[in-house]
Amino acid sequence: MRTPGMSVDMRTYLAHVELANPITTAAGCAGSGAELAQFFDVSRLGAVVTRSITMAPRAGRPTPRLAETPSGLLTAVGLQGPGVDAFLAAELPRLAERGARAVVSIAGGSVAEYTALARRLADAPGVTAVEVNLSCPNVADLGRVFARDPAASAEVVAAVRATMRYDVPVVAKLAPDAADIVAVARACVDGGADALALINTPLGMAIDVDTMRPALAAGTGGLSGPAVRPLAVRCLWQVHAALPGVPLVGMGGVSTGRDALELVLAGACAVAVGTALFHDPYAGLRVLRELEDLLKERGFERFADAVGLAHRPPGAAPRHRTDLEESPL
Amino acid sequence: MLTTRRVDAYHALTVVAPGIAERFRPGHFVTVAVGGPDTSMPARRAFAVHDVKPDYGGTVELVFAVRGRGTAWLAERRARDTLDIVGPLGRPFPVPRDPVGCVLAGGEYGSASLFALADTLQQRGCRVDFVLGAASADRVFGALRARRMGETTTLTTEDGSLGLRGRVTDALPAVIADARADVIYACGPMAMLRGVTAVAAEFDIPVQVSVEEAMACGYGVCMTCVLPVIDDDGVTRMVRACVEGPVFRGERVRFEDVGTIPFDALGAPGGRAQEGGAHTRNVG
Repeated sequence: MRTPGMSVDMRTYLAHVELANPITTAAGCAGSGAELAQFFDVSRLGAVVTRSITMAPRAGRPTPRLAETPSGLLTAVGLQGPGVDAFLAAELPRLAERGARAVVSIAGGSVAEYTALARRLADAPGVTAVEVNLSCPNVADLGRVFARDPAASAEVVAAVRATMRYDVPVVAKLAPDAADIVAVARACVDGGADALALINTPLGMAIDVDTMRPALAAGTGGLSGPAVRPLAVRCLWQVHAALPGVPLVGMGGVSTGRDALELVLAGACAVAVGTALFHDPYAGLRVLRELEDLLKERGFERFADAVGLAHRPPGAAPRHRTDLEESPL
Repeated sequence: MLTTRRVDAYHALTVVAPGIAERFRPGHFVTVAVGGPDTSMPARRAFAVHDVKPDYGGTVELVFAVRGRGTAWLAERRARDTLDIVGPLGRPFPVPRDPVGCVLAGGEYGSASLFALADTLQQRGCRVDFVLGAASADRVFGALRARRMGETTTLTTEDGSLGLRGRVTDALPAVIADARADVIYACGPMAMLRGVTAVAAEFDIPVQVSVEEAMACGYGVCMTCVLPVIDDDGVTRMVRACVEGPVFRGERVRFEDVGTIPFDALGAPGGRAQEGGAHTRNVG
């Protein structure tokens, strides 16, 4: 039997890559990594997911970029970032120096641009995995985002998979406002995705009733924060049910260990903390500690045993209690 | 939290925060989580620090106006409540090595962050003159303290209910001329900072402005508080008010372009920088 007070084995796998624990930052929520490093040692997170890197520097969207909604934030930053050259020269080496495992998010407007980004990353040291941000307008499809179209998503994923080194997992990040997220997920896996990340922010909008104008300069923005967590749980649940063998990174409104556990039970083998980092710079480590405590309270010895556990048939015993040595069988 | 008081149209909170008080320099700000542990408000609220005192190991005083649900919640806090505060944040006001003449211009509660600066400047032998203004008398913050500290203090209100009728920028040229000022420091609404910077340009003296932009975190990760600022290399970049600011050299801020992405900014849509990349023009 397990010893009370023993720590839970929090290791997890992103495809074949082992992470010391399942908590990562969400893309676009941790700056360059240096900002959070003022508060804590970022190497204590399972991984740091970078902002979405583009080929050229991007100034992003005009301000206002932010509107607060009930338990949520609407943001339209527009992928502001330094471009891949400056990223590889300055930001990625700094993350490596800090001992962080870097998952590099990439964004493009065409299959060719994603491929070009993958080619630049293929030779870069310190890339633990590549996350493909599919919530970008496809120039060849009148600006419809890739993530709404299974075929376009699969094409991007296949191009990145073919370009990246075989030992670097490719993670496809899906949007919840696709007509059929399972279809997009399946297409991405068929295209060669080693894992899936869900959810990106659904598109939302707020109007300032005093000025009687849209609250954001861009009009619409991505909705994040606790308001979207049920959407994340639903998407994870559907995709894990359809593709139980595919590793899922869950994100969407996680601000406590309980929130993270909910996503894990739905099928996530890693959980990213995003908007909560704007509210609490220590949120990542706090969520990790709270998740470990919750698993310990529930008698888990290994984090991996909780992944997707809510999918077990009603009445079935939790998997982790099966102890073959003591079983009469 | 120690005390809370009303100051005319504003609220002032004093918080025991030794870590912030110890590292504070004039111009720094803090962000406060609002709404309690199960808050429905994920964005932190940013506040300038009015005063830092050594009592109780170190206290910090914030001044703010109630402008929404978050600040309304904060105004209801009482002594012995605890607050989640992150700070000190941002780049503080640079102070001159030599004893020079300084005009400190404040608009609305922006003047709150000028008193710690005035204190530092006076310790260095600088002459300090104040110009404080607001829409009406109850919204001019710190007039008494300015009168006590400043060589001269000029007050302006748009409705004429206190001091001169008009704006800070109307009174500023005469104050600069009389004081033979060498430098201006300003904190207040963006339109006022733009006007103050224009006056500084007329007198050909340096101006340091502290900007106020909407932000969610205050420590550089949310990327929402950006404004176009000309860098040392002459290139305009969209920089964060929280990390690269909130204090900037006035002439570097492209005030007329705040709220836009200037076409010549680094990485602007369709700009030179993006033509190098493949098909990037319409990305997200």
